[in-house]
Amino acid sequence: MKTVTYNYKRVYVWELAVRFFHWLTVLSLIVLVITGFIIANPPALNINVEATNSFWFGYVRLIHFSAAYILIANLLFRIYWAFAGNQFANWRNFIPYTKKHWQNIAHVLKVDILLMKDKNQKLSNISIGHNSLAAFSYFLMTLLFFLQAITGLSLLADTSGWWFPKMFHWVATLFGGDITTRYVHHILTWLFMAFVVIHVYLVLYHDYIEARGEASAMVSGFKFVRAERIKQNIKNFVDKVKDQMNKGSENANIENEDE
Amino acid sequence: MKKILQRDETFYESIINKGYSRRDFLKFATYMTAFMGLEHSMVGQLVKTMETKKRIPVIWEHFQECTGCSESFIKSDHPLVADVILDTISLDYTDTLMAAAGHNAEGAKQASMKENYGKYILVVEGAIPTKDGGVYCTIAGRTAVEILKESAAGAAAILAFGSCSAWGGVQAASPNPTGSVPVDAIIKDKPIIKVPGCPPISEVMTGVVLHYALFGSIPELDSEGRPKQFYGKRVHDSCYRRPYFDAGLYAESFDSEEAKKGYCLYKLGCRGPVTYNSCGTTGWNNGVSFPIKSGYPCIGCSENNFWDNGPFYERLENIPGMGIEATADKIGKIVLGAAAGGAAIHAVATNIFKKKEIDENIAMGEINEQNLNE
Repeated sequence: MKTVTYNYKRVYVWELAVRFFHWLTVLSLIVLVITGFIIANPPALNINVEATNSFWFGYVRLIHFSAAYILIANLLFRIYWAFAGNQFANWRNFIPYTKKHWQNIAHVLKVDILLMKDKNQKLSNISIGHNSLAAFSYFLMTLLFFLQAITGLSLLADTSGWWFPKMFHWVATLFGGDITTRYVHHILTWLFMAFVVIHVYLVLYHDYIEARGEASAMVSGFKFVRAERIKQNIKNFVDKVKDQMNKGSENANIENEDE
Repeated sequence: MKKILQRDETFYESIINKGYSRRDFLKFATYMTAFMGLEHSMVGQLVKTMETKKRIPVIWEHFQECTGCSESFIKSDHPLVADVILDTISLDYTDTLMAAAGHNAEGAKQASMKENYGKYILVVEGAIPTKDGGVYCTIAGRTAVEILKESAAGAAAILAFGSCSAWGGVQAASPNPTGSVPVDAIIKDKPIIKVPGCPPISEVMTGVVLHYALFGSIPELDSEGRPKQFYGKRVHDSCYRRPYFDAGLYAESFDSEEAKKGYCLYKLGCRGPVTYNSCGTTGWNNGVSFPIKSGYPCIGCSENNFWDNGPFYERLENIPGMGIEATADKIGKIVLGAAAGGAAIHAVATNIFKKKEIDENIAMGEINEQNLNE
């Protein structure tokens, strides 16, 4: 068996803002799913108390609505970051509007989903940030998130004193009443859960197959990229690092000892 | 001749002529002011309006319906039946309640429509079948669609009284064999006030008519065409059992101790949280009770398509068109199971089809491991 060991370099892929967004989404999603299912079908806790002395279901709803606002704010922040962040956070990754995107989607479908042999073995086929298929799935999830948000806000609108949820009253009208709106809200919850299963599995799959820090990247921000994919102009590189050091900015990605 | 004279009376004259005292009249005016959601100072204005304004003629059409709405209307306690039907509003045509029949009745309607062209309020009870040329509901040999178009032409406003004329009701429920549609699917050029409910609260109609007399305009409507004063709140948000909901105290079955104690009926499928109506505040039968107060969960009878969102006694409704047993959670579990199963199969397949790649990686790593400096 021919064996080669490659040189890898550390690339800062997920900025702090992206990681923060990711984990805040995870946290609020867990809270929302759990409280959401409690609201849909509350457990039988018919403890012998007067209603006066108990408000637990009210608090469950409060937590649900608060987490929802956090998620919405978080999502709006991420949209801002899609314009302000680095190349991997940019909105252009998420919408497959070029031939390149679709070629990458075809590649991922072939090699990673259908597990077929990759005959060309082109380095550029291995995405450094999101692959185009994953990115597109996040884009679709974002749309569903917004649908989830506006259906929820619409259901909240009539009991809220705030103009923000009231803005979305039209959603219930569009769906022909609160019954259907609530239903859509409920079904979407299951889709998010299914998405989480697939998403986590595929992260683990890529980490297992490629062994370049796919999973830990969302903690550290770094992924490992084959050295030959990085421009080797050492002089420029060192100058740039010196510049950064002088400015006192954060640590540059100068690790070069992965051999 | 007498009929025409009567029609020229003011609201007040007609009430006094019927033998009610001025005190009765003032009580009625006060009640209606409160019911319409106006402030107390408006009582005088309403009294003045009723004293000076001519009664507004009302034509009441019945199409595909069970007459339950009429039944609810004539059982109105505030004001008394006779007040509403004969005095408060001048009801010129309602084929269920009027004395005349046959050609006389139709003739009276035609005369009134002609005389009050552009001024009368058209009340529609029941849905309108459109399939097969509308043959599934005909009155005096004419189809409901035809009659509706004719009556609507001269109407100042249309009151869709009851869930059938507002949403389509049980006739329009799946599979809707007669192609029934609500009023607003046919009439597009008139203000339509939806007063849904199965049946609706009768005072709402009196309230709307008096509002029209008082201000010369229809009351403020919500985005679905219902008067805001009566449909601005969910039953849930004005329910006297709401504290039990927030406390998480629910009746699990109808015969339980919790049900007897009057716990929240949320888990018995109560549609209060998704239903807009004023049952919780006005109540029925002179404010004596309403379904939830009688231990029966709200079935959402004033909501669009409520028949198809069953079963009534369960929290989760069926998905229309996906079979009786298909609830969202069942489908959700299948989707989630498919995702997890797919991932598991893919994981196994990965180890088979990518074996070479995995082995290579491991081999590379092992070489490095053996050549470590320390």
